[in-house]
Amino acid sequence: MNAPFLKIDNLSKNYGETQALSEISLSLHAEELLVILGPTGAGKTTLLRIIAGLETPDTGRITVKGADITHQLPAERDIALVFQNFSLYPNKTVRQNLAFPLQAPGRNLSKTDIANRISHTADLLRITPLLDRPATHLSGGEMQRVAIGRAIVRQPQLFLLDEPLTNLDAKLREVLRVELIRLQRDLCTPMIYVTHDRVEALSMGDRIAVLSEGKILQIGTPEEIYQQPNSPTVARQLGYPPINTIDVHKQQNQWFTASNQPIMTADHNAPSNATLGIRAEDISPQGGEIPATIEVIEDLGASTILLADWAGQSIQVLISGEQQWRVGGEIYPSIDPDRVLVWGTTDEQG
Amino acid sequence: MPFLELQNLQKTYPDGTRAVRGIDLQVDKGEFIVLLGPSGCGKTTTLRMIAGLEDPTGGQITLDNQNVTHLPPSQRDVGFVFQFYALYPHMNVQKNIAFPLENIGTSPADIESAINRVAHALGIEALLNQYPRQLSGGDQQRVSLARAMVRTPDIYLMDEPLGTLDAEHRLELRAFIRRQQLSLSITAIYVTHDQEEAMSLADRIVVMDNGKIRQIGSPSEIYTHPADLFVANFVGSPGMNLLSGQIVQRGNSLTFTRPDTDIHIPIHANIAPAQVVFGMRPEFIRPANRGIPGKVILSEYLGSHGYVHVDTPIGELVMRTTDRFATGEKIHLHLNETHIRLFDPDTETALA
Repeated sequence: MNAPFLKIDNLSKNYGETQALSEISLSLHAEELLVILGPTGAGKTTLLRIIAGLETPDTGRITVKGADITHQLPAERDIALVFQNFSLYPNKTVRQNLAFPLQAPGRNLSKTDIANRISHTADLLRITPLLDRPATHLSGGEMQRVAIGRAIVRQPQLFLLDEPLTNLDAKLREVLRVELIRLQRDLCTPMIYVTHDRVEALSMGDRIAVLSEGKILQIGTPEEIYQQPNSPTVARQLGYPPINTIDVHKQQNQWFTASNQPIMTADHNAPSNATLGIRAEDISPQGGEIPATIEVIEDLGASTILLADWAGQSIQVLISGEQQWRVGGEIYPSIDPDRVLVWGTTDEQG
Repeated sequence: MPFLELQNLQKTYPDGTRAVRGIDLQVDKGEFIVLLGPSGCGKTTTLRMIAGLEDPTGGQITLDNQNVTHLPPSQRDVGFVFQFYALYPHMNVQKNIAFPLENIGTSPADIESAINRVAHALGIEALLNQYPRQLSGGDQQRVSLARAMVRTPDIYLMDEPLGTLDAEHRLELRAFIRRQQLSLSITAIYVTHDQEEAMSLADRIVVMDNGKIRQIGSPSEIYTHPADLFVANFVGSPGMNLLSGQIVQRGNSLTFTRPDTDIHIPIHANIAPAQVVFGMRPEFIRPANRGIPGKVILSEYLGSHGYVHVDTPIGELVMRTTDRFATGEKIHLHLNETHIRLFDPDTETALA
């Protein structure tokens, strides 16, 4: 692998007593789209603002292509940041909004260069018909396209996007998500994309960094994070329905639930107390021995989620296809042991 | 008699904006109805008219056999549930739940019995003296739901109540609301722009666009038999694949095709040759050894499954699959002909 484009070493940031970021280390490769996923308050936005130069870290170092930029001014970094709230100049047209970042002193771009960049960007984002409209006469989706356009037109060396789709309707989010993936690929510019949305994280990222309470819990490809999460906290961040987690203890190579129901065979190497992680799609509704009662049926169209009470545990089962189910009916969950995640919960680790 | 009835309900604002353009809806007691549509479709205005927070400019609202069209909110027995805000950290659970009732001057004895009822229904009796910081995430959600439901109006009106929550809590609470609904059978009108939320919560969905109702039906009716192109695209994530083309006679059978290709998809519906829009949900397309040739342009991984966007001679198709494909890979697609939907390109309504 080539040297990373961006490298962050041991970055920490405190606000008074509150630790916002703790010893963050990560790297971003050229042309890579890295998603930073985490709940509200995880420190995602603080990290992005430090990379952009809007905040100063207490300790740690940021390098871009080997050069230390930790204490550079934002304007010296050639990094474009797109916020959650579309920040356009309301009394300017779309064209003027796109031109503005290019007219900054020191840019020295000719009128022709500016016009070319605007028309190229407008084509990419399919906003050419909107160019002469005032920013106030745009829908939410159009405004966010223009806001992204203002970042693209600068041709920066790095894009930072802070939940850019969060304030949009679900349908628009879905459309713009796919557009953004294509756009990033066409531009070949690295991007860090901050979100709390599990669908965006899995579908957009080349890699995902899961952030919680100021710490990185895991970094990996979407497949790695989804299939081999290193903790229940990471596992719960991805996938819908959320992963089933069941606290169990082992007796004679059998996992027992808290209410002493034997639910699965346990590997002899497994720890004696554990949390099992079972993805809803890895549970088959037939073939098991212990019955479960269906409590809720969520028909999502392409798939169905059954919420069932299984030996005192609430579990979710994801089913594709057209079988018929009814609330109060029984299923016999069976689980492929090879697909179960086991996290030890005592000091002894398996 | 329906419990709630909207007849030709309209709202035109003084500036001429026609937010609601005449809608008709009947709601039975115990039904959970979701108004679904994009921003500006009129769903929230409709809800606010039912609540009495907006005065209709036309039509009638009947609630429990009473014409309430122009009555003030206080004279209708409706409970308006705003977003499930975070709990007050300095109040214990009991005080948090009591707050909405104290606000409207309920007597202490009535407050106590209301709290006991809702605490029992949601299984949080043991938590009443605890503070929010002592509760797990799931228990906090139960308490916030209890606070929303401590009043017992004849009908609950909910305006995107899950909108401000993090994904994890939103999904948890959504399932929880559905479970409560199954046992309590409250009557509710719930507004959202999120089709997945609508699918998972509703007994019936009302799809709205541009101030009008596009379709009313159960989640599976709306999903399987969308009434028009708007519903076909709006419901489902991603929406239905929609391709413009025509039905032609080919020997003894009908096929769907496009002028610039020799690909023909057999059509089994009883329909005359015409220009149409061809529709198919992504889950009815699968990779195959032969079929429609195409090139993968984008793969979206979602964990339990994925969506693969494929460029084909009849247009771009999105397929739902658990198989993984690389961008640029050449594949063939099989379309399940029993799940074809056809639409009139002019009226945009369903043909078959």
